[in-house]
Formats: sequence, structure tokens, C-alpha cells
Amino acid sequence: MDSSCLLASLHGSDTLLFADMQHRDPMLQKRDEFEDMLEERRNSSDLRYALRCYTPVLYKGVTPCTAGALKNMVLQSAQIHFVIGQVSNETGRAVDDVQEEASAILEEMAHSLQLSTVRFFAFTLSKVFKTLFRSICVNEEGIQRLQQAIQEHPVVLLPSHRSYMDFLLMSYILYTYDLALPVIAAGMDFMGMKFVGEMLRMSGAFFIRRSFGGDKLYWAVFSEYVKTMLKNGFAPVEFFLEGTRSRTSKSLTPKLGLLNIAMDPFLKGEVFDVHLVPVSISYERILEEALYARELLGVPKPKESTSGLFKARKVLSEDYGSIHVYFGQPVSVRRLSQGKVDRGQFNLTPRHIPKRPSEEIHSFVNDSAYGLVRAQEENMVLKPWVLLASLLLQNHHGDQASGRARGMALDELTEQAVWLRDLSRQYGAFLHWPDHVPPPEVVSSSLSLHRGLVTITEGRLLRQAVTVLSCVSYRNQALHVFLRPALLASAVHAASSSSGKRKTDIFNSFSFLRNMFSNEFILCPGATVQDFEEACFLLVKTGALQVSQQEVVVTERGHRTLAFLTSVLDPFLQGYQVRVRSRLRYTEVLSSDLQKNALAALLRLGAVRKIKGYVGFDHPRVPGEFDKAYEWG
Amino acid sequence: MENVVQRLLKCSTSTFFQLHIVNCTGLGEEGVKAAVATSRLERGKLRRRTRAAVETGVGHREPGPRTRRCPQIAFCPAFCDPDSLPPRVGWIAAGALASIPTPAAHGSAPSIHKHGSSMASNSSSSGGSDRQRIAQQRLRIIAGHLQRPAGDDSALLAAECKDQGSKSDASSEEKTVPRRRQEIMKWNGWGYSDSRFLFNKKGQAEFTGKRYKLSGMIIPGLKEWFEGTFGANLQHKSPATPILNSSAVRPPTLNEAFVEELKSTGVPFSHDAEDRVFRAYGHCVHEIFALREGRIGRVPDLVVWPNCHNDVVKIVELACKHNVCLIPYGGGTSVSSALECPSEETRSIVSLDTSQMNRILWIDEKNLTAHVEAGIVGQDLERLLNESGYCTGHEPDSMEFSSLGGWVATRASGMKKNIYGNIEDLVVHIKMVTPRGVIEKSCQGPRMSTGPDVHHFILGSEGTLGVVTEVTMKIRPMPEYQKYGSVVFPNFEQGVACLREVAKQRCAPASIRLMDNEQFKFGHALKPQVSSIFTSFLDGLKKIYITKFKGFDPNRLCVATLLFEGNREKVLQHEKQVYDIAAKFGGLAAGEDNGQRGYMLTFVIAYLRDLGMDYYVMGESFETSVPWDRVLDICQNVKARIVHECKERGVQFTPLSTCRVTQTYDAGACVYFYFGFNYRGLSDPVHVYEQVEHAAREEILANGGSLSHHHGVGKLRKEWMSETVSNVGIGMLKSVKDYVDPNNIFGNRNLF
Repeated sequence: MDSSCLLASLHGSDTLLFADMQHRDPMLQKRDEFEDMLEERRNSSDLRYALRCYTPVLYKGVTPCTAGALKNMVLQSAQIHFVIGQVSNETGRAVDDVQEEASAILEEMAHSLQLSTVRFFAFTLSKVFKTLFRSICVNEEGIQRLQQAIQEHPVVLLPSHRSYMDFLLMSYILYTYDLALPVIAAGMDFMGMKFVGEMLRMSGAFFIRRSFGGDKLYWAVFSEYVKTMLKNGFAPVEFFLEGTRSRTSKSLTPKLGLLNIAMDPFLKGEVFDVHLVPVSISYERILEEALYARELLGVPKPKESTSGLFKARKVLSEDYGSIHVYFGQPVSVRRLSQGKVDRGQFNLTPRHIPKRPSEEIHSFVNDSAYGLVRAQEENMVLKPWVLLASLLLQNHHGDQASGRARGMALDELTEQAVWLRDLSRQYGAFLHWPDHVPPPEVVSSSLSLHRGLVTITEGRLLRQAVTVLSCVSYRNQALHVFLRPALLASAVHAASSSSGKRKTDIFNSFSFLRNMFSNEFILCPGATVQDFEEACFLLVKTGALQVSQQEVVVTERGHRTLAFLTSVLDPFLQGYQVRVRSRLRYTEVLSSDLQKNALAALLRLGAVRKIKGYVGFDHPRVPGEFDKAYEWG
Repeated sequence: MENVVQRLLKCSTSTFFQLHIVNCTGLGEEGVKAAVATSRLERGKLRRRTRAAVETGVGHREPGPRTRRCPQIAFCPAFCDPDSLPPRVGWIAAGALASIPTPAAHGSAPSIHKHGSSMASNSSSSGGSDRQRIAQQRLRIIAGHLQRPAGDDSALLAAECKDQGSKSDASSEEKTVPRRRQEIMKWNGWGYSDSRFLFNKKGQAEFTGKRYKLSGMIIPGLKEWFEGTFGANLQHKSPATPILNSSAVRPPTLNEAFVEELKSTGVPFSHDAEDRVFRAYGHCVHEIFALREGRIGRVPDLVVWPNCHNDVVKIVELACKHNVCLIPYGGGTSVSSALECPSEETRSIVSLDTSQMNRILWIDEKNLTAHVEAGIVGQDLERLLNESGYCTGHEPDSMEFSSLGGWVATRASGMKKNIYGNIEDLVVHIKMVTPRGVIEKSCQGPRMSTGPDVHHFILGSEGTLGVVTEVTMKIRPMPEYQKYGSVVFPNFEQGVACLREVAKQRCAPASIRLMDNEQFKFGHALKPQVSSIFTSFLDGLKKIYITKFKGFDPNRLCVATLLFEGNREKVLQHEKQVYDIAAKFGGLAAGEDNGQRGYMLTFVIAYLRDLGMDYYVMGESFETSVPWDRVLDICQNVKARIVHECKERGVQFTPLSTCRVTQTYDAGACVYFYFGFNYRGLSDPVHVYEQVEHAAREEILANGGSLSHHHGVGKLRKEWMSETVSNVGIGMLKSVKDYVDPNNIFGNRNLF
């Protein structure tokens, strides 16, 4: 797929040319200003706020039907009728029986959005947020764009997913800005929470089973429910593209099911357009940080329960810094699909008969999903701490290797941080570094927020081993900024140790690495050439490389950049190597997430094979190429 | 007066026909005009006699506008079944000529009388004689639409090919469509030169001329609607080039040998610049726009006017012999760029104008068919058949100017197809001259199983295979009774649901159309000035009832217009059935006026476009057919796409983007879109227009709509043909073309 095209679409009404330039130089990307929405909450009554007059703008000015009427529409739809008939035919059950089942499924699934519950949440969350966070910053221009979009088209909200907080936060923001409250696709897990589950339901959550594989009826009811809400402009539909919370702060590869459903009404011509709004929520400090680290090391996730939530109230006493919520440019599915999907393919069968999406549509949805996750990544706000974490980790790894005293001098860290700040800005990072504050202060205030992870003793920093993974997850927030240059840097590095620096060789290495890491990072399928060019462009721009028609040359001052970049990927490379042989240098390769991804990649590359639940190497030394080229130690 | 009638009665030799006399809208003193329908054997003789009788009886009177609009004496076939007696019969009995013995000789006189007297009493009260008024109005409209421009002569007399005799008798004044079209028609706009919309000095819209019901009337609401809808301003004019500058026309490239031989056949021809320009264009917006700016591209090099089938055979033979490109020309109402001369054509291009082949050759009353020359235009065909008490019932919106041959060549559809069928249902036999020779079937069997129907190679061939010269068509007795109607729905969705139900129950009236809210407002803006305060008061009441009492949102409601036709009782019964269905979908009957105005809109829309073009507004219509379950979606999406595309392309003011469901079928409907926008400030408005139209067509196709329901493909929609009929389909069509016309004599390059 042509990624520049996708980007053009993602950037809304910009012309292709302009989008192309943005693509070539991320520095040019314009982003909106933030406003702190908690500020007003601190200065006025929460009760009055919760009870204020709420009059959101509506889709085409039409008042939405009640939640009950919605259920009826779903059950009476042609699609449900068809599937009920089909299931009854196949299983020999009576139509009424199947009908009842469908009705029960819907009962279990459906939300019952109520304004009173929302008001209750508005009140409590105001209190909670004010204690937890210093500020909640929202780009108000994005809110205005969203408001516009809600009036004209059915809207799908696609927030990034890093915390349980995400969807409460989303609804809270929309309520505050007088926008239509979203209905949210939530996992069944929440249903297990007594009372809270019902509260969530009443605040707009609808619950879907984690897996319903071949259950036709479930799928039909579910998809029809979502589509009906979209088509009628009942409310913005919200779901998480990544499917689950990312424990590593690294974007997860997108799940396609719901996106497929959300695009369907447009592809079938039932609505003129659907607008997808990627929302990037960045936490300065994630509530679940320690929980995630343990989970990654294999401690099972505590089950969602009301008592658990109650016990977790101790988090209330801590300072979690600020949250940045960036509402991205609404993406028109119509524009996105232009020239990629032939909508005429639905002309020859009635549209209510469920059909597996064609190859064309599948790859379109897949490409779009990657593009959207990339759009989320691009607008993630990076705090100075993220850069510090990256530096500290690299230093830590160095320490471990050499056996030196652990830690890093504060002024050294500051110097490196300033260097990295400039580099990441040139790479287009959305860095929230207060320029009016002297760098040492920025560094120390960041460190103090994360005093649970790092401590300062007489000017040196010490870390506790277990918290490495927490740090890693902060570093990961910046990964998308450095990913493409880092892949190139690693490719250059690999090439220098062997045949030479022919551009084609480097491209081949790049392409191999990129392919291998496509489970690990968000790398748009089929965009290898674009990514390569982008990486070249960035490294040339920052003076690290000189690229001619045939050759790639590392400049004198480029070594520092390249060294940093290769270190960024190093833990991942090693992690993958660990899968191949047993050797350990980076603590973070213990992360179950990395192991899972590595395994998936190796499976995909055909190096290993799954046999009845066991995984074994297809051939003891198959990944020869891998070993040869990427033996670092 | 009695004298007239008696003489007329004596003339009538056919026992099948009865003569009835219609009072001229109660204006007895205006006098009576008569026409007679008789068996085909005696027709020629009779006609002359009848006319003489009328003239003697009534005396020579200036045909003023008032008489012109009067319904005239009508001859209605009175059938033995008293139920089927036309209401006009009763009405006559009650009228000024009631003293004349009604020649209804089948013992039904008492019932007629009763019928008639009740009507008479009705007509004396102010509002009760609706049906009469409607019948009258309908007659007026038909008379209006179908008025002959000059003279009252008919070409019906001569059944033999005129080329056998002298050609001098075919003087152009006697034709609806003269050889020199420029004498009565606009060269850079729609229709007759004397009929056009304009804003007068007071800024009020009026329609000039005397031909139409609307002619000479002030339309008070149009200005406000026009300015409000398009953001246009009467101060900002964009006038057309007034006169065709012949020097701008490239001199003809003549094939001398062809011209020489053509001369010897005696078929009239011309290479006059005006004649050629007239045949180079249809009515696409880009064509008219260019003409208005005085820009003239490639035009035919020669125009020929064959008089009959044999003339065509000679012309086609000569064209083949000398390798000349032929482009058939019928009524010139194409909206698919079908008439455009292909720019890559290097041969001499000859436009073959069929307009002089306009006779009804015979009428077969036993089989209810008529054999007609293909150049006849719709209004002449209906008028001439009506004189014999028949009609084809084929009424495309362009019927004033479009020709039978054109209908066949584009698979035309008429608004009353629910009763009469589309052109493919109406045609019994077709004769077409191709470079390979003449194609026709050997018999007039109503249906055949003889392999693929060869008619279907001809229907829709768009002039690529040959010239249709003669057609046998089904005819029907003229309907006894017609009634307009309308239903208001709270919204478009309900309206479509109702139409779907009507189609499901197969009880669609002659015509049923559903206009969306914008089009309803458009129709409303065309309401002529009402003279009586009472009428405007009633209108006000109606509006209050619908919007306030029934709670319809004036910005969402929409209107279905209806036309019922047939036996009176059945019409009333039918009407009730349809209104009952409508009521189930929240529809309210909204009177005949609204209905009639809806149909008027379709006849004057093309004139209105010319008015728009005088003030920087450009517009076009296009159509599609689509399955029922897609109707709502396609309407919504295509309209939204138009608005969206205009915005993208820098059109400042939101365009008019409106549609109507204009035909219903068992499995779907035909949807008609109007699109218009203010192009002031755009550097290349035609290009913008074309891009938007292109996008709209893509949208139609993506939403399961067809490439065309009845406008045809031409060159405008060629690019989508292969995806529409598949590559194999194109191959089939091409192989027919390759066989029939290997040298591409019929080289208009339409379709593929």
C-alpha cells in the first residue's frame, strides 16, 4: 500500500502534496495547542458542573432514539432475520428459540446510556482527577474538529489504550466539552465487576465477549448493533484499535474486527461517510506502571473486581503528573478508500447477507488500521522523562556489560538529554519539553515525579533492577520516533561489519529487520520503501549519513547518533536472539511481551513451527542469516 | 352550429366511432372546432371534408391564444359498455350544446343524461366541478404542449413516399420540425425561440410566448427561490452570444464524389453553416455553454434530409461507396454527447436528419398498432394519433422534440410507462438501414422465440449501427379520464416506503413520482401568480394544516405526484387504493394542483436552465435505476457527493442537489437527479461541472445504480461501459458492430 497516500488521507483536507512534505519532514508537522481542562474544575463547583445543562450537537440535528428502541431496530433488522433463519436451518432449532437467543445476546451486550449516571461520573471523576493529576491537557481545536465531524458524519473514536482510565477519561472530556457521549466497546471482563459493570453500562459501555470464534449469531448481533448505532448517528462509537491495554507503552498491532464493522456501512453505501478520529492519550505516569511490569514478568493480571478497585484506592495519594489528550484530524473513510476499494462489489448480493470481507477490503482495513495507529503514535506527547528513561536504560546496559559502578552523573544525563531532545525534535517527536525552564530543572523535576523508579544520591542516579521494565515502558513511548532511523542505523551497522556499504545491501538488511520486527512495532504493511526513504531522509537531514545513488557513508559526527539509534533497537534484537539461543544481557528481554512477539515473528518467518501446541525449531540453525548478520556481542 | 354537427355526422362512415362534441370550457360563444377520427381507409378524404365543415360552420376566426387553449371538439370512441363512457360525454350533454341529440346509440342515454346533469349542477357551484376542471386543464395542457407552431396541415395524408412525387409540397412552414430548425428553435438553448424565462424590469420572472400553459404568466416566487437557492443575483448577468457567427464555423470538408451522386438522387441537403451547427450538439451543459459563448467545434460537413425509407437506403449506400461518416440526427435532445462529432474523425461527416420522415403510414385498429416513420417527434405522433382517438402513451419529458427513432436508438422511457410500457415494450417491428442492408423481422408477431431478439441489437444502439426508418408501435385508445393528484409525506423515507409498497402491490398509477424536499420547493417556486384572493387564502390554509396541524417539517416533507388514467370509475377506485396505501405511510392527499405542477416542472426545466445560465447558474439532470433496497441510500449519497465535490472544487455557494424517484418497477426504481450551482468566480466552470458530474456517476455506480436508465451512454458515459456490461459484453456488441458496419460508416463512436 502507498503510505504517502494514506498519510495524505490521515491529514484530512490537506492536499497530497502538502501531506507528502509532512511525510518527508516531520518537523513541519503542525500540531494544536493544549488547554488544561482541570484548571476550570479547580476554580468552580464540581456539583454545578455535574448538573449543568448538557446539550451536545447531534448528527444531522436528529435526536437519537432511546437505548430500548435501538435494541428493537437491531432485532428487526434484515441481517438478524437472515442469520436467525440460517442458524435455525443449520441447527434445526425453532426460529423463536434462536430469536430469543439473539435477544439475550443483545441484552447482555447492550449499553443503557443514561445522563444521570454520566453526571455522577462527572462529579466523582472531577474529584479523583484533581487529586491524581496536575493537569489534563486537551487540544481544543481537535475538539472543534470533532464537533464538526459529529454533526456531519457518523464518528468513530479511536483512542490509544494504555490504562483503564482511558475510556472514563474520554467520556469525561466529551461531557466537559458538551459533545455527544460515546458508546464504548468494552471487554466482558468488566461485566464481572458487581455494580461497577452496570455503572459503566449506564455510562455508555457495551460489552463484547473476548472471543466468539464461530458463533454466527453472536457476530451478527454484535456487528448489527454497532452498525445500527453508527448509521443512525446514535452516538460516536468508541473502541480501542489495539484491542487491549498496551503493557509496554508500545503501540500494539491493531485488531481489525471492529474497524471492519465500523467501515462496513460506508462500504455498503448505507452512509455517505464515516469519520475515524484517532485520539492519543499520553500519561506522564501510568497508574498501572508497576502492575504492568509484574505482568510482563509473568505475574498474572489481577482479575477485574470491585473490591480490587476499592483496594487500589491507595493510588489516590500519589502524584501522576499530567495527561495529554490529543484529538487527531478526523479521517474520512471515503477519502481513505478512494481508489483502493471498489464499492461496486456489493452490488450483486443483497447487503444484509453477511459475507466474509473480500481480499481487497481486508487489506484496505488492515492498512487503514496501521495508518490509524501510526496517527495515534504521532500525536502522543512525549515528556522529558521518556528521553531520560531511554538514556538511563542505555547507560544501565552499558554498566551491566562492563561491570562498572551503577548510575550516571546528573549533569552528564542533562547534557545527553538536551542532545537527545534536539535529535528527537528533528525526527518529528511531539515533545513536551518546557523550553523556558533551564534543562537541569526539567531533568530533576522529571526524576522527582518518578522517584519510585530512580533515586538521586549525591548527584548520581541509582536504579532498582525490577523497575527496569517500568522504565522501558516509558522509553517505549518514544520508540515510534526513532524506529525507522534506528532500523536504518542497525542495518548500516550490520553492513559495516561485513561486505561494505552498498545501498542495496543496506536496504536488504533494513528490509529484513523491518520484516522481523513487524510484530513488535507498528510498521505499515507494504511500506518498506517509504520507510527506508524516510529513514534516509531523516539521517541525512541530521547530518549522520551521506547517501548517494550507490553508497551510504557514515559522517564523522554521525557516530553518536548512530550509536544511540542502534542501542535503541539493541534490546529487541537481543531479545529475538534469545529466542534462538540462550544468552542474556538485557534485563528487559525477560518481558513476556517481547518473547511473545519474537515467537510470532519467528513463526511467521518460518524459522519455527507450531506442532500441536508445542513450539520447536524447524531446523536447529535455520536462522543463519539472522545469526550471521546480527551477532553483536 | 347544428349544421356543423350534422354534416360532421354524415361524414362519419365508421360505425365504430361515435362523435361527441365538447363544449369549449363552457364558452359556447367561442365556437367549436372539430376533428374527426375515422377508419384509416377514408381518412385522407375525410379530413379535408371535416376541416371544410368546421370552417364553414364557425367561420374564419383569428386563432387567438384563448381559442388555442380551449379544448376542442373531441371525438371519443364510445364503447358499448356504458360504464366506459367518457365523462366528457356527460359534460357535453350538460353544456351549451346539450340540445343536440347525443349520438350515443347504445341505450345508455339515460345514464349519460343523469350523469351529465349532476355534473352540470356541480359546475355551477364554485369548487365542485373538480373533475371537469381537471379534464379541461389536462386538455389545455395537451393542447398547449402539442400546439403546432404554424398552420394546421398534417402530413398524415400521404402514405406514399414523397420522393416519388414532387418535393415542393414539403414546404417547411407546414412542419412542426422544419428543415431549417433555426426558424423556430433556439440555436444555443432549449426549445422554441419564442418561449423563454426572463426576469422582467420589475425583477419578476415570466415565461414568454404563447405555447404553454405557463406562457405569458408571471411567476412571483421564482426570483426569491432562484436567489436563495443559488446565491445568484439579478445584477450579475452572464448573457449568451446573441447571434450565431457563421464565420466561426469551419468550412465544410466535402466529399465531392458523394455530394455529386447525392445531388442526382434528389434528396435535399445543405452545407449552410447554421444548418450544420444545429446538428452538431445535443443538450449537455458543456455543449450549450460552449454555444452560448459562441465557441463552435467540429460540426458535420453536410446535412441531408431524407424523406422516406428509400431515401435513407440510397444515402447509406452512397456513404458506404464513398466512405463518408454518417451521424443520424432525430430530435437533437441528446444529453449524452451522442451527437458530438468525434474529433479524431478525418472523413467528411454527414448528418442524416430524419425530421422530414414524420408520417404515420398506417393505423391498424384491429391489432392496435400504427406504422410510423421514425423521424416523427413525440408531440406530432400523439397529436396525429389523438385525432384518430388513439395514443401511444409514450411521453418522455422531451416528447415535444425527441423523435421515435431516437427513442428506439436510446431505449427511451416515458413517464406513463406503468400503463403503456417503455419503448422496448411498445415496439412491435423495427426497420433499420445498415451498411449491410436493411434489418427487419418478417412478421408482426407480438412475441417470438427465435434466438436473441434482434430488436435488442437495435434498441439502444445509439446510431452506431444504422438508421431506424420505420417502426410499428402499439397504440391504445385515448384514455377517457385523467386525474392528477399529489400526496405529502412527512419525509422522503416514508415516501420511498410508500412507493415501494405501491410497486409491490402493482397498483402504480400511470405515473407516480416522489420529489424530495428541495424539488418540492422548486416546484412551489414555479407557481404562477394567482388571480383570486380566495385561491391564495386556500393555499395558506393548506400550508397551515400540513405544517402546523399535522406537524410536518416544511424542510423535510416531500411530495409524490400522481397521474391516473383510464376508465373514470376505475380511476377513482385506483385513486382510493393509492391514497389508502399512502395514508399508511403518513401521506396526506395534497390536491391536484401540486401534482400537476410537478409534471409541469419536468417540461419547463430545460427552459429554466437557460434562465440560470443568464445569471451564472449552470445545471444538469442525470438519472439511474437502482434496486428498491438501495433507493434511499443512493439518493442520500449522490446528493451529498455533489455538495461535497462542489465544495472541494471551490464552488462558493452550496449547490442545488435534488432528486426524485421518477419511475417504479417491480424490482427497483428510476431516480432522477437535478444539480445546479452558481459558477460565478470559477475560472473554468464547465470543467468543474464535468468533474462533479463524473464524481456523481461514480457514486451512483458504487451504490448499485445503473449507468443509465433512459438517457443512454453516448460518449459522455462510455468510460464505464465495460465495467457495466463486462468485457465479454463489450466484445459481443463490438462483434455486431464489426459485422454490420465494418468500415464504421456510422461513426459517431457512441457506446464503446
